[in-house]
Amino acid sequence: MTRRILWSLLAALIFIPMAIIVTDVVREPDNEPAGVPVTDAAQQIARGSYLARAGNCMACHTVRGGSAYAGGRAIKTPFGDIYSSNITPDAQTGIGTWSANDFWRALHHGKSKDGSFLYPAFPYPDYTKVTRADADALHAYLKTIPPVRQTNREHALRFPYNQRILLAGWRALYFRPGVYQPQAERGAAWNRGAYLVQGLGHCSACHTSRDALGGTAATTDLAGGMIPMLNWYAASLSSDARTGLGEWEVKDIADFLKTGVSRRGAAFGPMAEVVGGSLQHLSTDDIAAMAGYLKSLPATGSATQREPVDTPENAAILKLGAKLYEQHCADCHQANGHGAAAAYPPLAANRSLAADSAVNPIRIVLNGGYSPSTAGNPRPYGMPPFGAVLNDAEVAAVVSFIRTSWGNQGQLVSPIEVARFRGVPVE
Amino acid sequence: MPLAHFKFMRNACTGAHKAAALWRAKPRRTSCIPALLLCAAGLASTAAVAAPASVPDTIAQRALACAACHGKEGRATSEGFFPRIAGKPAAYLYNQLLNFREGRRQYPMMTYMVGHLSDAYLMELAQYFSDQHLPYPAPQAATVSAATLEQGHILVTSGDAARKIPACISCHGQQLTGAQPAIPSLVGLPRDYLNSQFGAWQSGTRKAAAPDCMAQISRQLRPDEIAAVSAWLASQTVPADMRPAASLPKMPMPCGSAPQRAAMIGTSP
Repeated sequence: MTRRILWSLLAALIFIPMAIIVTDVVREPDNEPAGVPVTDAAQQIARGSYLARAGNCMACHTVRGGSAYAGGRAIKTPFGDIYSSNITPDAQTGIGTWSANDFWRALHHGKSKDGSFLYPAFPYPDYTKVTRADADALHAYLKTIPPVRQTNREHALRFPYNQRILLAGWRALYFRPGVYQPQAERGAAWNRGAYLVQGLGHCSACHTSRDALGGTAATTDLAGGMIPMLNWYAASLSSDARTGLGEWEVKDIADFLKTGVSRRGAAFGPMAEVVGGSLQHLSTDDIAAMAGYLKSLPATGSATQREPVDTPENAAILKLGAKLYEQHCADCHQANGHGAAAAYPPLAANRSLAADSAVNPIRIVLNGGYSPSTAGNPRPYGMPPFGAVLNDAEVAAVVSFIRTSWGNQGQLVSPIEVARFRGVPVE
Repeated sequence: MPLAHFKFMRNACTGAHKAAALWRAKPRRTSCIPALLLCAAGLASTAAVAAPASVPDTIAQRALACAACHGKEGRATSEGFFPRIAGKPAAYLYNQLLNFREGRRQYPMMTYMVGHLSDAYLMELAQYFSDQHLPYPAPQAATVSAATLEQGHILVTSGDAARKIPACISCHGQQLTGAQPAIPSLVGLPRDYLNSQFGAWQSGTRKAAAPDCMAQISRQLRPDEIAAVSAWLASQTVPADMRPAASLPKMPMPCGSAPQRAAMIGTSP
């Protein structure tokens, strides 16, 4: 009896983890496809430059005001801060000594040149879908950027998350390497959109909810989620009518991705960085493909409609909210909530207001903001911050009002939720 | 600091409300959006219109977001913390917008606001506020002793030759109204803002283009001297003509940000 317990303990604590670790360390099942030499090196580099935009590599691998691709940006996670690495071709501190195979190993298998596991703050569970040819193009491009001597900063992760070897367990649960497999019957455009969204776009890194270990499940893919540590809610991209893209047309999605504004809403928070730094630079065809793919995502059917409870207290809150809206918001967003073309987004039927989490409207009311400058919207209109003008109860009232007006089916918001987000610094 | 912001906003909103009554907005095209969006302190609300909104396609309309902190058209008062931006040299404002975007100045709300705006658009915003020549309100009453004010006065007008600290007026102008293209005025600013900028330069939180002359100067000053200079500057009545000098003076020390963006200004429409 005790011997069985002893063997079970040994298995649980030593044998099984060892098996997981050793298997992951030695196994690289997709060693094919091998790199194929290209005839036109200049064209490959140009393509790599474009793909780097699609993947938005510069955003994470550059610190604000720092040298491009030299790393050093802190990616906040629930486990501590992870600092992005130097991917300039510096031989000592960058990836100058990396071959195309080494680069493939990182992008596709999530392993560094020396075989150590990379932290999935680098979204290789998404980048694994990138083809070998595209990875080689990226590598060729990165070799042409100016090398920068900047040593990588040590990650600031808590124990035991700073034990890299334990990533084997995470990878066993959440990571399956594999290039994107086209579905021929869906057509070339759909597949291109799927490849970009699932691969370099790494949209699910934000738009899918994560569990306590920071992993995502395929069943909730792109169905929305709170972005860990950043305190913004990445919307559902499913076809749910109220909370997702169900009521958006493909053109609206394409406009949003390419220009940052659309008839349905404007990019704000972390998405402003994505549109400004990455998506606005993609071709019209690629944007149309991504929009078409996103529009084809099925509904999750999970959104339930709930009416706000009709009580005298709630009625008073909504009355205050209506008054504040007329005073502060209606000039731009209009009394009917329709907003104004590309300048001021509509609030009526705005799915940011229908999400369960009220974090987005609360933070927007508190902090205002500008959509990003893009080729299609180079001089965005701005929203002023109201955090210094409205107290918590007032912000809660006006957000409650907009979430329940014009057919919006959101819930009321309490001042405590507002207080919670007031202190969060804007990034 | 946040409390100072809130108090400022409440005062500024009241002040701006009064200012709005005195200073009518420039006539605008007829539109469904009649009033400028001030810091939203109970300005008369407009009637609801169901017709599609026409938004003035102007830089002034786009820059309304800035008024919430910097005051209508950038004319922040000397209370509180946020600096006036109206009438400052355009290249100076442009430099600061870039500094916030690139992390050379640390103020999360500003970085958030300008973080994804293009160079060209930031230049347009800077030029817009630079072109606003608006009246200044009365200065803040000084709350320090006469001796402290005199200490500040001496540093501003004579500097300290022993420590090689130039007088503020040697770059910022005899009347402290600044100089084109990129030296700002020092009068008409809140004392809290001035204090915090000295502190930021001392600690390196605020950086300007190298050689960073203001960082060098700030690091030579003692805290009591900074307080004296800020108090004296904030208590000065601004001169009637607040326009910056047309060109840079002969600089007593090399300063990276002064000539830095002169080329940009020359090419702006």
